[in-house]
Amino acid sequence: MNYVADVGALARKDLLLELRARDTLPAMLLFVLSTLVVFHFVLPADSSQLEAKGLLWVGIVFTALLGLSRTFAAEREQSVLDGLVLAPSDRSAIWLGKAIAILAFLVLAEVVALPAFALFFSGIDAATVAGVALADLGICAVGTLLAGMAVASRARELLLPLLFLPLAIPIVIGGVGASVAAHPGKYLGFLALYDLIFALVAWASFEYVVTE
Amino acid sequence: MIRARRLEKKYGDRRVLRGVEFELAPDDFLLVTGPNGSGKTTLLRLCAGLARPSGGELEIELDRARIGFTAHEPLVYRELSALENLDLYGRLYRIPERRERIGMLLERFGLWDARHERASSYSRGMMQRLALCRTLLHDPQLLVLDEPFNALDEEGAALLDRELAERRAQGCAFVVATHDPERVEPMATLHLALG
Repeated sequence: MNYVADVGALARKDLLLELRARDTLPAMLLFVLSTLVVFHFVLPADSSQLEAKGLLWVGIVFTALLGLSRTFAAEREQSVLDGLVLAPSDRSAIWLGKAIAILAFLVLAEVVALPAFALFFSGIDAATVAGVALADLGICAVGTLLAGMAVASRARELLLPLLFLPLAIPIVIGGVGASVAAHPGKYLGFLALYDLIFALVAWASFEYVVTE
Repeated sequence: MIRARRLEKKYGDRRVLRGVEFELAPDDFLLVTGPNGSGKTTLLRLCAGLARPSGGELEIELDRARIGFTAHEPLVYRELSALENLDLYGRLYRIPERRERIGMLLERFGLWDARHERASSYSRGMMQRLALCRTLLHDPQLLVLDEPFNALDEEGAALLDRELAERRAQGCAFVVATHDPERVEPMATLHLALG
């Protein structure tokens, strides 16, 4: 129960910081909407479902990347990470609290983006929504770990995309597959397996990421 | 409480600490002095458990919940108020009667009236007072303090003097790095000169 309380306190703090600073979510919303508008004018009217859904997933991954690049911004700019690391709570709670906060921002961006996609391109079915939900978990689990690794580096703006995008390829494959395949079950299963593996890896390894 | 033998710390090829040896008993006060770049902050980070040694031995016979650390930075969120910052740390340290303890520290360090203001509006001296409240919040048995008198005015420094003396009388151990050793020298039982 202590672990859950620690994660809750840390996630609540990140949501409160965003509520005050408003520097991540508005940027994510603006980015994903701009991307969809641009794609709307770039794609030919007779473009296939595969093309349209593929671009939706590109939009989601890059929107998430934008949010992830700000994940540890407050800790970096104000050197607070040491304070959190010193606390007696399990250090993976820092990762989980951050991952929950970034998941909340991503879901909020998608609450706007998915209806916009339906308006500009085609309807969104249940398989796509399920795919997006499962992909969000994987993106936030692995992305928060990588953001924690990148934050210690001077080249963090470069390092995070370099680490994250290769690991996001399976998410895009699974997500596009779940969105367009006649039988999306195996793609959804693949995304769930990805989430499970990377969540376990991130949970177990975060401690080593935040100590010198 | 802390035992260091041939302690060494490197960042890449740069050796910051080499051959450091000391033994800190539960009621000791270790004063660490040295010029800029001599490794004082690195040694304190090692003692606080924020870094691992590159060589030698460092035994810390204390749970990290019992260590209080004041760094160069206050380790608080500027967009949160003093109350919100201390409440977050109070939850993470699982302090019983958290609100009473936070209120008592804010009163003692003269921050009670500014408790709802965001830390970004604080002066440097107020920030340092808030950092000291954070450090003392969980009633640590070992205090690791890096330049604790930095930015404090005379009243704040006298307040900290009193707090250190009280803690010392209660049997708290200290590792303190400072460029102003005269201030804490009377309390010191060990002196480590680096560089």
